[in-house]
Amino acid sequence: MTGLSAQGLCFSYGRRQVLSDVSFDPLERGKLTVLIGPNAAGKSTLFRLIAGLLAPSAGKVHIADTDLARLSTRERLKKVCFMPQFFTANAALTVFDVMMMAHKQLKGWRVSEDDMFAVGQALEDAGIGHLAEAYVSELSGGQSQMVSVAQALIRKSDVYLFDEPTSALDLRHQLDVLTQIKTAVAGRQAVGMVALHDLNLAARYADNLILLGEGRILAQGSPEEVLRSPAISNTYGVEIEITTGPRENLLVHAYTS
Amino acid sequence: MSDLTQGPNAGALVQAYRLRSGRRLLLVLGAIACLAALVIFDIITGPANLSFGRALQVILDPSIATPKEDVIIWKLRLPVALMAVLVGAMLGVAGAEMQTILNNPLADPFTLGLSSAASFGAALAIVLGWSVVPGVGGLFVTMNAFVFALGTSCALFLFTRLRGVSPEAMILVGIAMLFTFNALLAFLQYGASEMQLAQLIFWQLGSLSRATWEKVAICAGVLGVILPWFLHQSWALTALRMGEDKAAALGVNVGLLRLTVLGGVSLLAAVAVSFVGAIAFVGLVGPHIARMIVGEDQRGFLPLSALCGALILSGTSIASKAITPGIVYPIGMITSLIGIPFFILLILGQRKRHWQ
Repeated sequence: MTGLSAQGLCFSYGRRQVLSDVSFDPLERGKLTVLIGPNAAGKSTLFRLIAGLLAPSAGKVHIADTDLARLSTRERLKKVCFMPQFFTANAALTVFDVMMMAHKQLKGWRVSEDDMFAVGQALEDAGIGHLAEAYVSELSGGQSQMVSVAQALIRKSDVYLFDEPTSALDLRHQLDVLTQIKTAVAGRQAVGMVALHDLNLAARYADNLILLGEGRILAQGSPEEVLRSPAISNTYGVEIEITTGPRENLLVHAYTS
Repeated sequence: MSDLTQGPNAGALVQAYRLRSGRRLLLVLGAIACLAALVIFDIITGPANLSFGRALQVILDPSIATPKEDVIIWKLRLPVALMAVLVGAMLGVAGAEMQTILNNPLADPFTLGLSSAASFGAALAIVLGWSVVPGVGGLFVTMNAFVFALGTSCALFLFTRLRGVSPEAMILVGIAMLFTFNALLAFLQYGASEMQLAQLIFWQLGSLSRATWEKVAICAGVLGVILPWFLHQSWALTALRMGEDKAAALGVNVGLLRLTVLGGVSLLAAVAVSFVGAIAFVGLVGPHIARMIVGEDQRGFLPLSALCGALILSGTSIASKAITPGIVYPIGMITSLIGIPFFILLILGQRKRHWQ
């Protein structure tokens, strides 16, 4: 059983080349891959290409043997669940409403008992049950980000892409959300990809790390390999030292000189 | 998966949602009942001293009507009352979806210059006697208004094809249209005779007295096609309110949705405006009232926007006859006068802000 792979993806906005020849070996199902890289490295663009929201100028994305370009946008977005970067909405919709919307995936007017219980349970699992009847326009930044993650996880897909799911969260909720994502990906035997800025979080949760810089994949492999590679210091333009923490975890230290 | 604040269990959440859905359904049914009562009141308001019960009986069973009742209820007042309901609903729906696709609380069909275009078309007919579609006879004022309103949205369509479908661009082009047609209209008014000017202003202020059964049927037909289709798009339209990115990630073709909904909205507005004149306010306020009451889940928001629009215009129709017995005031004036105090009360009583 093989997962998600990309071959030779290229993309440019007008004349500005954003991604050039991005390929990665099949990402296994049940494993979490963390995508790291500086700002404007092309992380969001790569996610959009995988989700099919942008069309690559060259290259292909496969799930097992299926070429995703052959699927319609709707079918593709059923297989690939993409959570865009953090947002706030000002709509007069409750958290329960927007979860129901994500759960129904634009199908069918009627809401059944099963639908309602699925949403109720998902809210509980995400630890945001107490927000169910709050309007999304009243949520704090961190709360709406947690709703956003929950909206993605309520959908049943083969591939989950999260674009910076923890950027607005406090320490406790960062760990909670990443644990939820990791558990869901392992439990559903789906391919999980998360873009993160925090290298320590990346080291903690990644089964695989991919380092993206200036539109290319610069390193790929286990957290240990990638974090200890020279590429990482060069890409970020800082000195990076790795030590082992009190619980056998990797700790990343960055110095400007 | 814990949180510092322990939430209630899933069953309680479902219960709360079920209660809210039930309340929404009751509100819609209640609004329908109110609307039915208003229609009857609309019919008995005015000279002839009909009673509520008698009017209801005659509507339910036309065979019992005396010849006088037959003329007053079936020929004169029912088309007007139904026209108020239909046009109000059309404007309510048009405004609701305009606000949704443009992500702007001030959007209504008139923001995009549709009513100015219609007024200009009507002015061409009234002042210069021009008819853009030959051979429509006495309907040429209506026809001109319709053609210009629809032409404006076609221009908007073409523009979005050239420059991409972003809400900002659509609104800016709409405002450009609005000012263009207002200026052209001023030109015509400047050169018009006093008689023509009076006629033009009367047309612009809006009137239901031009209602006929044919117009009622046309409005019902247009609404009957477009409303179910919008309802069918409920989830996609709800998703759009969460932001373009979110909607696209759910599989909504955002550009196509905006364009097709714009098409539907234009048709609703063009038909409504060409039949009864430029009635602003209903398309703006109807959806706002609905949003304050049930929120923006389109499955409740859309029907209630239609009903709010219909209720406002039906109430207006009654008020326009009741203020001074014997005089029927133009409805364009009344909608704002009776609607705005109510609207301001609602805003003051509202603690949530959904538009920043």
